[in-house]
Amino acid sequence: MARISIDPVTRIEGHLKIEVDVKGGKVKNSWSHGLLFRGFELILKGRDPRDAVQITQRICGVCPTAHGTASSRALDAAFGVKPPTNGRIIRNLILGANYIQSHILHFYHLAALDYVKGPGVSPFIPRYEGPDIYRLPPAVNQKAVEGYLKALEMRRKAQEMLAIFGGRMPHVQGFIPGGATEPVTPDKIVNYYWRLQELKEFVEKIYLPTVYVVGKVYSELFEVGRGHRNVLSYGVFPLDDEEKDFLLKPGVYTKGKDYPLYVAKITESVKRSWYEDVGDRNPAKGVTKVKPNKGNGYSFIKAPRYNGLPHEVGPLARMWITNPVLSKEANKFLGVPMDKEVRMRDLGEKAFSIMGRHVARAEECYLVAKALEKWLSELKPGDPVNVPAEVPKTGEGYGLSEAPRGSVGHWIKIKDGVIDHYQIIAPTTWNASPRDSKGQRGPIEEALIGVPVPDPRAPINILRLVRAFDP
Amino acid sequence: MKVSRRQFLKLCGLSGVALSVSPTLLPKFAEALERALGGNPPVIWIQGAGCTGCSVSLLNAVSPDIQDILLKIISLKFHPTVMAAQGETAIDYANEMASKYKGKFFLVVEGAIPTGSHGAFCVVGEKGGKEVTIVDWTKDLAKKAAGVLAFGTCAAYGGLPAAKPNPTNAKGVGDILKEAEIRTPCINVPGCPPHPDWMAGTIAHVLLYGIPELDEVGRPVLFYGSLVHDNCPYRSYFEEEEFCEHFGETGCRYELGCKGPMSHCDSWKRKWNNGVNWCVENALCIGCTEPNFWDEFAPLYEPS
Repeated sequence: MARISIDPVTRIEGHLKIEVDVKGGKVKNSWSHGLLFRGFELILKGRDPRDAVQITQRICGVCPTAHGTASSRALDAAFGVKPPTNGRIIRNLILGANYIQSHILHFYHLAALDYVKGPGVSPFIPRYEGPDIYRLPPAVNQKAVEGYLKALEMRRKAQEMLAIFGGRMPHVQGFIPGGATEPVTPDKIVNYYWRLQELKEFVEKIYLPTVYVVGKVYSELFEVGRGHRNVLSYGVFPLDDEEKDFLLKPGVYTKGKDYPLYVAKITESVKRSWYEDVGDRNPAKGVTKVKPNKGNGYSFIKAPRYNGLPHEVGPLARMWITNPVLSKEANKFLGVPMDKEVRMRDLGEKAFSIMGRHVARAEECYLVAKALEKWLSELKPGDPVNVPAEVPKTGEGYGLSEAPRGSVGHWIKIKDGVIDHYQIIAPTTWNASPRDSKGQRGPIEEALIGVPVPDPRAPINILRLVRAFDP
Repeated sequence: MKVSRRQFLKLCGLSGVALSVSPTLLPKFAEALERALGGNPPVIWIQGAGCTGCSVSLLNAVSPDIQDILLKIISLKFHPTVMAAQGETAIDYANEMASKYKGKFFLVVEGAIPTGSHGAFCVVGEKGGKEVTIVDWTKDLAKKAAGVLAFGTCAAYGGLPAAKPNPTNAKGVGDILKEAEIRTPCINVPGCPPHPDWMAGTIAHVLLYGIPELDEVGRPVLFYGSLVHDNCPYRSYFEEEEFCEHFGETGCRYELGCKGPMSHCDSWKRKWNNGVNWCVENALCIGCTEPNFWDEFAPLYEPS
């Protein structure tokens, strides 16, 4: 048995260490260690609730819009307000623009270097070397490198598009309880529209096909990284003011069956995390008593569970639960005639894999890009973008949304006009969680089991697996 | 160093005569550096208790863009978010480069430095089975660097992790260096996040002309020498006392909580994201370039 430790895992956001035991060329056991603690839940206490929308965005500079959305929604609930139509749409336009930025960034700038040989200069070297690692034909590799450089420009433009309604990126000014801040005028709609066309074309003609080409060359990676095969989604991009429907739907898929989402069934375990043992708790009653040297703890990440079981979140989860029609690239991939529809679940087991997660992300990017265009046309220039939202003396509520990398939830209690309680479950908390009070591995830990590691000096598949989750 | 003088001046928003340089200017610094290195100046970029927002902001740079920066201006030896390597190989490479280019590389730090619990709140890697904390690694690398650039309010002053009650005893890089008596010059480039022009512009200034003139909290006067309020397009509304009561109205944002009067920042001039919009136009200023703004300017949505 060989123990392999990778610290830092690079090309992610944050500080992660991955440890595995390898025997007979395959991963037999695994541990995911989150090695950063800042204490947002403690810092928020006692502050004006409206500050939470700004503070929580700083959890992540790649997906601040997700936390901004969840926080605004938690405040909407606690303040008892509902954004007007324009406000709901603007929030979707801001978050959606960031899905495009984040997914492009993820495939090209975070994941691709595990499959594509970059230039022979820093930071593209040093890298793992070995005969079987970079298997793209030279012409394809060259195109992928060009794609990497083009993608740098594309993701920058996605943020420019976002800033039309968001104010700036990263860290958006444009979200508040009760809606948004940027008035709608025709020039902004036109500005967003033409930028969106360029991005949609890049996603459709370059990003999406490239993922399938890489998938074809590394086809064995569709059979690796199944994980628990439990997924969940809180739902995101409300399509109507009553939130009767979402572009990506809420739901739970556990051991092969579909269930509706019940927020009360969410708990967090701290048994193997560096916090005082307070038992498994729903975030409405969660506490954060950090204890960095707790004996049997191995991570600062708590272990969220649904109905007591680990569930994966992210594009795979959302696309599996929503099961939308996929692009024609999926038809080509599965050999289905072009005039027939292919849905996410037609991928079957292949979806729950390293490559399946990349395909789900790219297909979701395309889906969101198309939806953004439709939502733009629903904006009404001159109509209000927010409703007045007074800070109540007391209030409570939660705000759920989906970051590009998965489900995000904020739970708030207000007392005497200030934050009395604030708990956050980020998407990577779900995915990179350590074992829970029952000893069940987290989603990434479980998906690592069985991953082939033919060369322990260059264990590339471990990194490919972890990065597919976009932690 | 392949940034043209014109590009650099445009970046700084200057016409050519107003370039401010500090008494510690080393005129042929950049040329000498390039000759000595036979290539672009090396940069080692490490991350502490941060959110990667500063890196993402720099990725949004327009002229020079990130492609220019990575391939023509600097040689980025280590950056956790984009580098190909991982694990001990990555840590070893950074340390190797720091030794090879001792006194000639620039250390960029993003994120605050938690000092509580012997640094256990932020571990950035492993070396020979032992944890490498950000607090130790920052000191090791800073000792060998030609200069330290603290990008973002977290690295400059502690930022959000240091906001009350500062659960991890987080500090800015400058404080860490001072306490350890490390004399390597440190420039603060705050902002949450900083505008890409401030980061690219500071790097370019250092390489072309040496350390820029710094204000009393270590920020380049070039970028932080003016108050938002003194240059705000809504200043006339302030003078006429036409204050917005709600977001989305036309008028001065002071009553909504705008901290423009206390914030040193030139976003009024260069706007954000390639000039598309900026904080005050969209909503208000939260004062993110100022030390301790999370506490000093709270509540963000009430006038001070």
